[in-house]
Amino acid sequence: MRRTWSLALRNLRRNRRRSLTTLTAMVIGAVTILVFGGYSRNITYSLQTSYVLRSGHLQIERKDYFLYGSGNPAAYGIPDYRRVIDVVERDPVLAPMLKVVTPTISLGGLAGNFAAGVSRTVVGTGVVVADQNRMRQWNDYRLPLKVGPIALTGTAEDSAVVGVGVARVLQLCRQLAVSDCPQQEQAEAEGVGIRAPDDIASLARQESQSAASGDKIRIELLAANVHGAPNVASLEVVKAEQQGFKELDDMYVGLHLSQAQRLVYGAASPAVTGVVVQLAHTSQLPLARARLEELLATTLNAEPLEVQDFTELNPFYGQAVGMFAAIFGFMAALIGAIVLFTVGNTLSMAVIERTTEIGTLRAMGLRRSGIRRLFVCEALLLGLIGGGAGLAAALGIAWIINQSGLTWLPPGQVDRIPLAVRLWGENMLMAGTAAGLVLVAVLSAWWPARAAGRMVIVDALRHV
Amino acid sequence: MSLVVLKGVQKTYRLDAVEVPSLVDIDLTIRANCFTVISGPSGSGKTTLLNMIGCIDQPDRGQVTVAGEAVQAMSDDALSDFRARHIGFIFQTFNLLPVLTVYENVEYPLLLSRVRGRKRRARIRDLLEAVGLADKAANLPGQLSGGQRQRVAIARALAPAPQLVLADEPTANLDSHTGAEIIELMRRMQVEQAASFVFSSHDPQVLAAADDALAMRDGRIERSETVGRTAA
Repeated sequence: MRRTWSLALRNLRRNRRRSLTTLTAMVIGAVTILVFGGYSRNITYSLQTSYVLRSGHLQIERKDYFLYGSGNPAAYGIPDYRRVIDVVERDPVLAPMLKVVTPTISLGGLAGNFAAGVSRTVVGTGVVVADQNRMRQWNDYRLPLKVGPIALTGTAEDSAVVGVGVARVLQLCRQLAVSDCPQQEQAEAEGVGIRAPDDIASLARQESQSAASGDKIRIELLAANVHGAPNVASLEVVKAEQQGFKELDDMYVGLHLSQAQRLVYGAASPAVTGVVVQLAHTSQLPLARARLEELLATTLNAEPLEVQDFTELNPFYGQAVGMFAAIFGFMAALIGAIVLFTVGNTLSMAVIERTTEIGTLRAMGLRRSGIRRLFVCEALLLGLIGGGAGLAAALGIAWIINQSGLTWLPPGQVDRIPLAVRLWGENMLMAGTAAGLVLVAVLSAWWPARAAGRMVIVDALRHV
Repeated sequence: MSLVVLKGVQKTYRLDAVEVPSLVDIDLTIRANCFTVISGPSGSGKTTLLNMIGCIDQPDRGQVTVAGEAVQAMSDDALSDFRARHIGFIFQTFNLLPVLTVYENVEYPLLLSRVRGRKRRARIRDLLEAVGLADKAANLPGQLSGGQRQRVAIARALAPAPQLVLADEPTANLDSHTGAEIIELMRRMQVEQAASFVFSSHDPQVLAAADDALAMRDGRIERSETVGRTAA
């Protein structure tokens, strides 16, 4: 067997140019698969991290809230949410996996900047600031993130943070230092200034508010309360903040949980629309989910609750991951086919060129299987060398890309993110690609090797 | 004692629609430890006969017995193993493996015969010394002359100590002086190794060295005679 490997290696070196051409094709194929795989892996992790930072891995909600209850916290609230949190945090199975368990409330409403006479529909999210800041420390994939505390940190209870898109529509660009507001800049340049309210009463209210609030930037958030009546909260906007996704950026109003609860429930007993569970690692998700479902069916069965994970809450994540997986699969299949035919062609030519040698070896007593083994070993060596070299080249290219400082704008997002290829440490991706390449190389050798093994000895010896 | 026995052997090749008889009713016995030469004009069936004796081709009809075994009944693998143990080949164009050194070329049939370690190394050393190429052991065939290559081929053919060595026109690609040296070497090795050598050749030098001579024409044995010494 040792001689077979030695012979295979020497035969590859015998026609260096052809072997190098074949190896180059394999290396290019491996690099393409690995770099794209590393790139898509990075996107997957970035997307996942952005969702988990904001909304955790799992969310306990009232049954059917996800389908029907969005924006209707009055009907789909969880009144006894403190007990739910307590049970989850004390559960011996879940406790070691938990990083943060925090209540949240989501409400639909209308935000208005009456000073400018503009308003828009928004989705308000009430959060516990300290918990949100702890959630923002999650970085399971060690991404180069710069995530600071949320803007509500250290603010009064009536404070709010709006998405940059909301700030634009509410014409708060100058006050909140939001760039890229062509409409407001144009209005100010034309001397339109702040539009006067439509009636005397509004004007009086505006004046009194301005006097009371000094330089504070305020908006009014109108929402339906638990009885279906409109309720208004006057909120001080402390910051306009990019929300990562444009759709969210154009709708987002973040406020303190207590403020959101007062807006919806007033003097009634406060509830929340969800209990967010952030785990230490995404890999714990199936186990944690199963345990939560068990708890909801037993200890917490007094209320009709259900649990959703972040992929269900954010369908775009699954779609993006699926799209990249499909592209990756298509590319891998295409490159696999190219490698298959390249190596197959190389070995077919080698079989033809070495026909007399095959006849000689067979005459000397080498079995058909020995001839087959010889060519399969050559393909295996090509696969191993090509896979190894491809792996090394891909790691080098990934490093260069990661150091290049290039950025790109992913679909559906508002911030440019670093162009990164995540390869180092992705052992399954690397091993899978290298093993796949070796497998394809061996498969491609099968037919030429079989043909070589089946040669008629006397015909092979007569070959010129 | 007979090493090879052919009875009623026939072989016909088909070239497109034309049937070309290559061997016709061959009855033949080859003695052990003899130097047998098969001569005849081109197309007379010498190579086909050698192929039958060497178990690398099968007759259409008739029986071939080598070293006491009916080779036609063997499977392809069994026949391969049989050749590795009992038959050595020397080719007109040497057919050395170009990527292996002289040493490794001689070693290859020993690996096929599963001759182990020290015994294998000793055998190679002895054979290379016997053919005068001990100092070329690390050379590749491409670095050798034609005569030297044929010496390596002889050493390789004799490596597993076969009972039978077949040589198809072994001196055809050599000049007359080198050819004479090769014949002398083969004759010496045949005696030393106690093997039967069967050649196909037109070379008068080869014919002169033969114990037994067969003359072929049109696929038939035209003449068979003992011209040299009688086997021991």
